[in-house]
Amino acid sequence: MEKVTDSQVSYEKWTETITPPKGLLDIKWREVWAYRDLLILLVKRDFIATYKQTILGPIWFFIQPLLTTLTFMLVFGRIAGISTNGIPMMVFYMCGITLWNYFAECLNKTSTVFRDNASIFGKVYFPRLIMPLSIVVSNLVRLGIQMILFLIIWIYYLMQSHTLEPNIFLLLVPYLVFLMAVIGLGSGMLISALTTKYRDLVFLLSFGVQLLMYATPVIYSMSSLPVKYAWLIRANPLSAIIETFRYAFTGSGFFSWYSLAYSSIWAIVLLALGTVVFNRVEKSFMDTV
Amino acid sequence: MSAVIKVENLSKQYRLGDVGTGTLSHDLKRWWYKVRGKEDPYLRIGETNDRASKSNSDYVWAIKDINFEVEAGEVLGIIGRNGAGKSTLLKILSKTTSPTTGSVKVKGRIASLLEVGTGFHPELTGRENIFLNGAILGMTKREVQSKFEEIVDFSGVERYIDTPVKRYSSGMYVRLAFAVAAYLEPDILIVDEVLAVGDAEFQKKCLGRMKDVSMNEGRTVLFVSHNMAAVQKLCTKGLLLVNGLVESTGDINKVVDHYVNSNTVTNASVIFTNETIRSGNGNLRFLWVKIEDDNSELRNEFSIGENLNFSFQIKNNHVVTNAELAVQIKSSEGMPIFHMMCRDSNFKPEFEMDVETFNLKLEDIRLFPGIYNVTLTCANTTGHEVYDNIEEAITFTILDGGIYTSRYLPKTAGLIFMNPEWIKK
Repeated sequence: MEKVTDSQVSYEKWTETITPPKGLLDIKWREVWAYRDLLILLVKRDFIATYKQTILGPIWFFIQPLLTTLTFMLVFGRIAGISTNGIPMMVFYMCGITLWNYFAECLNKTSTVFRDNASIFGKVYFPRLIMPLSIVVSNLVRLGIQMILFLIIWIYYLMQSHTLEPNIFLLLVPYLVFLMAVIGLGSGMLISALTTKYRDLVFLLSFGVQLLMYATPVIYSMSSLPVKYAWLIRANPLSAIIETFRYAFTGSGFFSWYSLAYSSIWAIVLLALGTVVFNRVEKSFMDTV
Repeated sequence: MSAVIKVENLSKQYRLGDVGTGTLSHDLKRWWYKVRGKEDPYLRIGETNDRASKSNSDYVWAIKDINFEVEAGEVLGIIGRNGAGKSTLLKILSKTTSPTTGSVKVKGRIASLLEVGTGFHPELTGRENIFLNGAILGMTKREVQSKFEEIVDFSGVERYIDTPVKRYSSGMYVRLAFAVAAYLEPDILIVDEVLAVGDAEFQKKCLGRMKDVSMNEGRTVLFVSHNMAAVQKLCTKGLLLVNGLVESTGDINKVVDHYVNSNTVTNASVIFTNETIRSGNGNLRFLWVKIEDDNSELRNEFSIGENLNFSFQIKNNHVVTNAELAVQIKSSEGMPIFHMMCRDSNFKPEFEMDVETFNLKLEDIRLFPGIYNVTLTCANTTGHEVYDNIEEAITFTILDGGIYTSRYLPKTAGLIFMNPEWIKK
């Protein structure tokens, strides 16, 4: 039996070749996997750094959605009087806000990833994809914590009133979160490529995300829409995700496999496009930033 | 021995001026040429990276068609003037920027000591930062775990390892950061002395670790430095870059000689222009400098014991009334020898006119034969604000012979010539 030792093999082969940026699909997945420990540590860093030196610590993760919900209850529920289809307002709004916040955070943070990390990117090489991925994962931790708050309130109302009708579609919840993550990541990466060259987009973006929320059934239900505009809201790939999410928990609203499939296709396209563009920019951005 | 780094036809092009204007049209034009299978139009326009001469093109080659190989265990010194392309070369090797053409083939992991402390987060503890920094530098959690004790030992911050690093003194911070990088165990280590921040002790530590890595562990090192003495001491091979091209390569002594000889300005008077490489905010600007002998003749070759008269003229751009002037003399290897400030001689330069001329008389020069560089600096009196600074503004040569010398004085024997009184008792 002949055995070739590892060292012999490695002496004959180059372990790495640095060349000018090649094709669009030249993405080094194996390298991303090799750096998975970095991903975990970055998530941990984000989590620790967020609440260190605050009095309330991780409780801040609760306060933000809670206050937003209370504001929405007052403004849209009491003052504007938008229907919640007989569902307790607290559950209705928090349901939408929790998932929406996840998307908004993923998108906002990912879109400035090059600018925020320019100093690290300029000094050390690691697969840049790790950064946006870590943003999505650390926001997932945040979402998890906020979901606990939502579940507590949801269970409370579940026992108090009989308007809530949770159903089998609850099984879809992990998939819905996944879709949100993918869309946030994909569009974030797409925009990040543009923000490196044209910084004005950052301002436009935070404003745009806010507007987008109103084009998504976060504070209203799809069923309460006038038929004239319904198509517009339905064309938004985020609509079906939020609507299904709420439908699963409350039994009220609108669900269709077609809409969900529509959102899924958007997610795949955005992710593919985002990854390709991000990968392209990653190689040249140090010279343009 | 086999090559661990093979650089082939490596080039890097940068765009000068206002990045962001007209790039879209250039991008489109590039794309259009590419679609038709033609060569990138802007690749032809670029010229070599000679900053002293103006070019019509917006594009410049930071490095161009570079070829070299590094063998395992070699210590390669990369030398050249500022802007010769050394840093660009290192950036490509450390993959923070990609080349425009050509390729680099590498065996093993490359790490560089200029990355010290990258990604340290002030809120995290020393322990957490070691793991995070290690991961950024490409180590797995397990690798860091196995080196953890050594890293902490080397840094000497055991007591504070669970304290957030923002509470560390700057010294502790640097020591910890360096320890992580030093124990990374890369196959190829890049050390850029120019960029390595820190005090003298820290730089010494860098160099020490470098020697260790190459001599005892047999790893490959690439060393960038302006200090020719250090380069000659540590390196086995050299690579001289001039305007982005490889000027000379091979045995380190041969390359350093080539650099030292090509690097001298042979004029006894130098007029500074817009193309002069200088730093400072420009409130004051040196206009020219010259060296004369006692007979007011321009000269830049002197014998030991002669007098040198430096004159320089300064333009006052910003109503400066008080300033500190300094003249520094360095050996051709880059070692500072004298640093003369006017306050040392109780001289207060007063600026009354738009243009002022100063004279500095250096009597009885006692340097060993060789070539010496002069750095000119003017700053405000506290030294916090540098008005103008020109490295290697002018050079002069000390010749063999002269009134004192009765023997051959090699540089390896000394730098400053003394002839004290000898008495037999």
